[in-house]
Amino acid sequence: MGANHDDHHHAPDHHGRALRLGVGGPVGSGKTALVAALCRTLGGSLRLGVVTNDIYTTEDADFLRRAGVLDQERILAVETGCCPHTAIRDDIAANLDAVETLEDRFGPLDLVIVESGGDNLTATFSRGLADRQIFVLDVSGGDKVPRKGGPGVTSADLLVINKTDLAPLVDADLGVMARDAAAVRGDRPVLFTSIRQDPSAAAVAAWVSEQAHSWPHEPVPAA
Amino acid sequence: MNPALLLLTDSRLPAGGHAHSGGTEQAIATGAVHDLASLAAFLRGRLHTSGHVAAALAAAACTLSATRSPDTLWDLLDAEADARTASPAQRDASRTQGRLLLRVARRLWPSPALDGLAQAVPNPHHPIALGAAAHAAGASPEDAALAAAYHAITGSATAAVRLLGLDPVAVHGLLADLAPDLAATASMADMGAHSTEPPGASGTPLADRSWAELPARSAPALDLLAERHAGAKVRLFVS
Repeated sequence: MGANHDDHHHAPDHHGRALRLGVGGPVGSGKTALVAALCRTLGGSLRLGVVTNDIYTTEDADFLRRAGVLDQERILAVETGCCPHTAIRDDIAANLDAVETLEDRFGPLDLVIVESGGDNLTATFSRGLADRQIFVLDVSGGDKVPRKGGPGVTSADLLVINKTDLAPLVDADLGVMARDAAAVRGDRPVLFTSIRQDPSAAAVAAWVSEQAHSWPHEPVPAA
Repeated sequence: MNPALLLLTDSRLPAGGHAHSGGTEQAIATGAVHDLASLAAFLRGRLHTSGHVAAALAAAACTLSATRSPDTLWDLLDAEADARTASPAQRDASRTQGRLLLRVARRLWPSPALDGLAQAVPNPHHPIALGAAAHAAGASPEDAALAAAYHAITGSATAAVRLLGLDPVAVHGLLADLAPDLAATASMADMGAHSTEPPGASGTPLADRSWAELPARSAPALDLLAERHAGAKVRLFVS
């Protein structure tokens, strides 16, 4: 991030640019693993970019780069000055700048994933930054979390409940989580995953793919 | 004072400033800032060095915005900012914040001068963007200088609250104590900008002094902290 960026002060125009997908959720719920899975599964059919918002340094970006799921240059890290929720909701300037830098350098892109720093249940993405957002919980946080709600759980376009393989070990009732999530989310979808057991995150990837293909940008080339 | 200045100086302005500490994070990492007293000295030093220079540059940018054809001179004024910013990391931080501020300003106060600046210097130094934005919002060069001086200390103060857990009211007390210095800095910068017209600008009389005479107070410790921060393995703030 420096003096060499091109001018991209253009007005926010939804058409002709990539779908911007926010991935948020508490620390340790599996956001980075999900982003890696999405890159792995969708990288062949969609032109991707990723922006990470680490709490410290570039841990998540480094993980993704090491995972080899995407060209290293297509992953940018944004620092958030102790306030991960500010960077995705109240002051999205640095994230928008990173997204547009990726589009300028590698565009046209189909999908730019913005992974938030791990935060709490109140953290959601500004609609000025993310066109769609996924909120990631995991069962080990307890099966009461969906009932507690919060903007992430209630308003995200997709709620992902990860680490279902741990449910028996932590006495989490997936049925309760599904019922509570449905109660606060209405018709909005909820998907249960175990990225450890399904490293392709097939169901989530299918949802994301559908969103990207229905996004009003230039046609996505056939896979 | 123009009310738009309140928007320009509000920490809630969505222009990316919240992620910059102006060297405070590294000053804390090295132990130079560790309590209220050392923070007070740090803030005072910032204001009277880089803050003073930023105020003068912002006033000059605001003055330039008001001239008939500023577009050909933006790169010259930006070069003056470069010449006063020895640390490459600080240049990067300043240009990143300038770019983001310019983008916000162009949406809030669309104007030919801001378009011209973005065209001529897509990544302007922050004080240059701030001065141009202040003009677009209808503010005066002295307002612009005051905003720049204020910006030089508030981000650093907030960063110390977050990183050291200092009493936020006590830290705001430090800022309040610096209010007279802020006013003096802005006033000096404004006088400087008035007597340093753009070199050979058409439509403006050539003054005795040119932009080369703008203040160039350096702060080697801030330069070193910025460079150290850029290479740090662990950091929460961009700068």
